[in-house]
Amino acid sequence: MKWGYTISQPRAINLDTNDYRLSNWVLNNEPSLLRCFGCGSCTATCTAGNLTSFNFRKLHHALRLGEYTRIKEEVSKCMLCGKCRLVCPRGVNTRNVVVSIQKAIKEYEAIL
Amino acid sequence: MKGKHVTIIGGGPAGMQAASQLSELGIEVLLIEKDNKLGGKLNQWDRLFPDQTPSMTLLKELQNAIEKSKVTIRLNTEVQKISNLTHGFDILLNAEETQHSDAVLLTTGFELFDARLKEEYGYGTYPNVITSSDLEKLFREGQPLTTAEGRTPSKIAFLHCVGSRDEKVGQFHCSRVCCITGVKQAIEVKQALPECEVYNFYMDMRMFGAGYEELYREAQEKWGITFIRGRISEAALNQENRIQIKAEDTLAGRPVRLSVDLLVLLVGMTASPCNKALAATSGAELRSNGFFNPVDPFNHSVESAIPGLYFAGTCTAPRNIGETLMEAGSAALKIHKFLLQND
Repeated sequence: MKWGYTISQPRAINLDTNDYRLSNWVLNNEPSLLRCFGCGSCTATCTAGNLTSFNFRKLHHALRLGEYTRIKEEVSKCMLCGKCRLVCPRGVNTRNVVVSIQKAIKEYEAIL
Repeated sequence: MKGKHVTIIGGGPAGMQAASQLSELGIEVLLIEKDNKLGGKLNQWDRLFPDQTPSMTLLKELQNAIEKSKVTIRLNTEVQKISNLTHGFDILLNAEETQHSDAVLLTTGFELFDARLKEEYGYGTYPNVITSSDLEKLFREGQPLTTAEGRTPSKIAFLHCVGSRDEKVGQFHCSRVCCITGVKQAIEVKQALPECEVYNFYMDMRMFGAGYEELYREAQEKWGITFIRGRISEAALNQENRIQIKAEDTLAGRPVRLSVDLLVLLVGMTASPCNKALAATSGAELRSNGFFNPVDPFNHSVESAIPGLYFAGTCTAPRNIGETLMEAGSAALKIHKFLLQND
């Protein structure tokens, strides 16, 4: 029988139970991401983000919290043009962050 | 400058600095302190931001200058009243004695915000919720950093803006120094316990001073401290007796849940309670938050509207120690000029 109701999943991010293996792999591979202070310059200048819902700041922010929902699909939207790296005020190697995420996804596909 | 007398009310860094400088200029100085020793809040701190200078190093420097000078010091003395006369001031000490002075410098400093007023964080209820001042005391006494039960913490969270930018506790202002204190203490925790995970919950990171932003960057990059933008809404004990935190990660736009072994509240600055009586009796103006209001925030930031009555340091607004010491020097020069003109 269908009641027309579903059970909502909790929206809260649980930092105690999240799996940080993928995220730690990316940070080890590209430690400059540690310096990010969330200004959004990367996203403001993003070629892909200008035309699609791709949001690079949100993507790597969620990654660092151990949140990997739709990460594979999202990261594939990046065209690696590198404009974000030119504008980052904290000197994050953003292109290598993208490449690292792609590599880490292959490594940790099982936890996604 | 023969026969000119200045009373300085408050023996913290501002009062000590101004006292020795005025004395060097040949002025007779009485330095009044309510506590049983000079140094004010410097006595409670271990290391100073941004470079971890031991607070004792600075305190000794200020003490040496005082010892070489001819400043008269009165400890355990409180001022109830400043009477503004045609020529100078009468200052009532310990409700029994009157001191006449040609000028008065107020260096009454600040009090730390009472974290119990933010009941939702459980300070005073949960022993593993402590303040930045409590943590500093642990460092200062060289005690190991443990929970109240004696366990080595594996996760610690710092909460910025406790008693700052919060109209619910009547504190509209930013206390300025807590951001950098949070960064400094987070690094000190990592230095003491490299395996411990450290989280800082902030609304803005206000890294205004020289070297502050650099230290923030070091905290992120070298020490791996996680900064989460969002104010903790509440802290409670969970079943494992750890502190359960609720907040929103405002950059992710989602609620976050985290349990920690210790929660450190970065308490802000509130006005010294003695300001009220001093303002009422002398005619000096107070801001709505209880700090003194100088003539303007530019070229007259150490002057009250009353000739001969001056301010220095955190009695007018939250400041760091460097700014406080500079203001004390500036006030000493202004007082010197005032006394020359009224000779």
